[in-house]
Amino acid sequence: MRNSLKLTFFFILVSSLFFSKVNAAGEQHDLLEVDWSFKSFFGKFDRASLQRGYQVYTEVCASCHSLKHLSYRNLAEKGGPEFTELEAKAIASNFEVTDGPNSDGEMYERPAKLSDKFVMPYANVQEAIAANGGAYPPDMSVLVKARGGGANYIYSVLMGYDEPPAGMELDDGVYYNKYMYGNKIKMASPLDDDIVEYSDGTKATVDQMAKDVTTFLQWTAEPHLEARHKLGFRVIIYLSVLTVLVYFSMKKIWSRIETKV
Amino acid sequence: MSDHEYTPKSKVGKWFNDRLPLLTLANHLTDYPTPKNLNYWWTFGGILTFCLITQIITGIVLGMHYVAHADLAFQSVEHIMRDVNYGWLIRYVHANGASMFFLAVYIHIFRSLYYGSYKSPREVIWIIGMLIYFLMMATAFMGYVLPWGQMSFWGATVITNLFSAIPLVGESITNWLWGGYSVDNPTLTRFFSLHYLFPFLILGLVVLHIWALHVPGNNNPIGIDIKKPSKDTVPFHPYIVIKDAFALLIFLLIFAFFVFFSPNILGHADNYIEANPLVTPAHIVPEWYLLPFYAILRSVPDKLLGVIAMFAAIFVLVILPWLDTSKVRSTVFRPIYKQFYWFLVADVLILGYVGAMPAEGIYLLIARVATAYYFAHFLLILPFLGFKEKTTPLPLSITEPILGGSPDMAMARDNSNYKKNL
Repeated sequence: MRNSLKLTFFFILVSSLFFSKVNAAGEQHDLLEVDWSFKSFFGKFDRASLQRGYQVYTEVCASCHSLKHLSYRNLAEKGGPEFTELEAKAIASNFEVTDGPNSDGEMYERPAKLSDKFVMPYANVQEAIAANGGAYPPDMSVLVKARGGGANYIYSVLMGYDEPPAGMELDDGVYYNKYMYGNKIKMASPLDDDIVEYSDGTKATVDQMAKDVTTFLQWTAEPHLEARHKLGFRVIIYLSVLTVLVYFSMKKIWSRIETKV
Repeated sequence: MSDHEYTPKSKVGKWFNDRLPLLTLANHLTDYPTPKNLNYWWTFGGILTFCLITQIITGIVLGMHYVAHADLAFQSVEHIMRDVNYGWLIRYVHANGASMFFLAVYIHIFRSLYYGSYKSPREVIWIIGMLIYFLMMATAFMGYVLPWGQMSFWGATVITNLFSAIPLVGESITNWLWGGYSVDNPTLTRFFSLHYLFPFLILGLVVLHIWALHVPGNNNPIGIDIKKPSKDTVPFHPYIVIKDAFALLIFLLIFAFFVFFSPNILGHADNYIEANPLVTPAHIVPEWYLLPFYAILRSVPDKLLGVIAMFAAIFVLVILPWLDTSKVRSTVFRPIYKQFYWFLVADVLILGYVGAMPAEGIYLLIARVATAYYFAHFLLILPFLGFKEKTTPLPLSITEPILGGSPDMAMARDNSNYKKNL
């Protein structure tokens, strides 16, 4: 009786946690589920997908969305898209940053280096809002972690553009999106088939690009995800072995007296 | 507290011990007679000590890299997550460590409620424990503000605004807490300062908590007084040490699972959005461990009364040793209280659940009923039950499960009761 009661309470606790998550995530529609390579205990990023995702970000998203917490060197770091250092340097040098003051006390422009942060599309939030019809295009550095539903949510929004249901009035510059909060979004559908040309020959369908850029954004939000999974696996193994050893030590010690542990 | 006088064997040891009896203390701690029938619910004291030390150590390292400034805090946390060597690990251990700390403290408190560990002669241990719990909530709340995300900012706004409900001086107090006219940079810097201070206050109280425990010794699952040392006890080392270590390792496996494979599941996604005073989140919810109190707060329609109810919910716990009139400690021998105990557990879980939901419609109704029941449990059921409940007979000792024991030490030693029962 007591055990079954305990189980019931435990069930209530777990299910309440579960339901609060679901409520936070979806509004009217269940999110699209993707079997991401980075999920699960041994989850890793698909390197090619990260590089393609970076391409989609640069060619499509970067004109409005910043990645202000990333540096160009991150692109060449382990566990990320793993561009070569030369490639990352070449990418960085496409951007101009303001440095200084120099010995004459003047600020000057120079090409970005690996150590520089990603250059932002707008000088400040106000400029970004003014240029986008009153809506701020959020910084994408931790966007995946900042949305309930995570990667599935980002992917769903990218795939969620549709004709508004009958009777729904939309203002100018507002678009219907199945998965967006309130179903209204101020960003026009950013992806179209073949809007980018992948250098590895992958066909640039909307679905493919949405997956690639979501994978890339998962990495920007969790750049050490692979290291975390790898270390976590080792820690669990270590703790498990130690637990077994300590368990038998405990049995041995307590066998000196008749009481059971 | 051990019966024999301890003298170190070496000359140096004796010289030092005469001047500062650290070795006597160490000897007391290893020899400390502990009831041999303690179950695994008793391992959470050790687990909690581990949690506190972990939070302090990871916190000190985070403090080396964190910048307490409204414009830089969010960025500095991302700096820790990205650029500091193993910064992601230290921060995830600290953030999930807070949740694990509360998980352990709730088990510890409910263990005490089940086995009557708060009853005479352990009231002071219990009250110090409640002080620790209160400080833990304050510390955790201020810690949650530090990353300066949306939930940080709006959580701080909601909670500090509670003080404005105090008549006459409320607004002045709120402005004083904020260091201005809204939650802003001065609020953040003082929260950081206090968040660094409080764990050390907790540490001091933990020492007092353990000291107060070592005066009467541990309660046990049967809840009867035992002779110490005796056949009923084992020395703390190695018996309890190894058992605590085993339980801690199981706990660490769960801890590690969260840190490495689900580090953000216990937090709120909105806290990865930088604080913005102009945008209010759709639902402002505190961390899961504060939800039952949040539900109590919101279930009362009047703001001031809501705040009073919330603090009263903690205060009834503080005076619990005098609200529970039953002399029998362990629920094992209290068939009716046992049912009410599980009702209370369910009630608190329900409060936690509705605390996470919007305060409207059916959720609000459930919250009100659950709040009323929470107070009824402590203020009506417990005092009344102590007089009316017919408890089952207590055993005489742990090793001799013969009926005829008593919660009263003198009576337990007196065999006449036992003979009567024969």
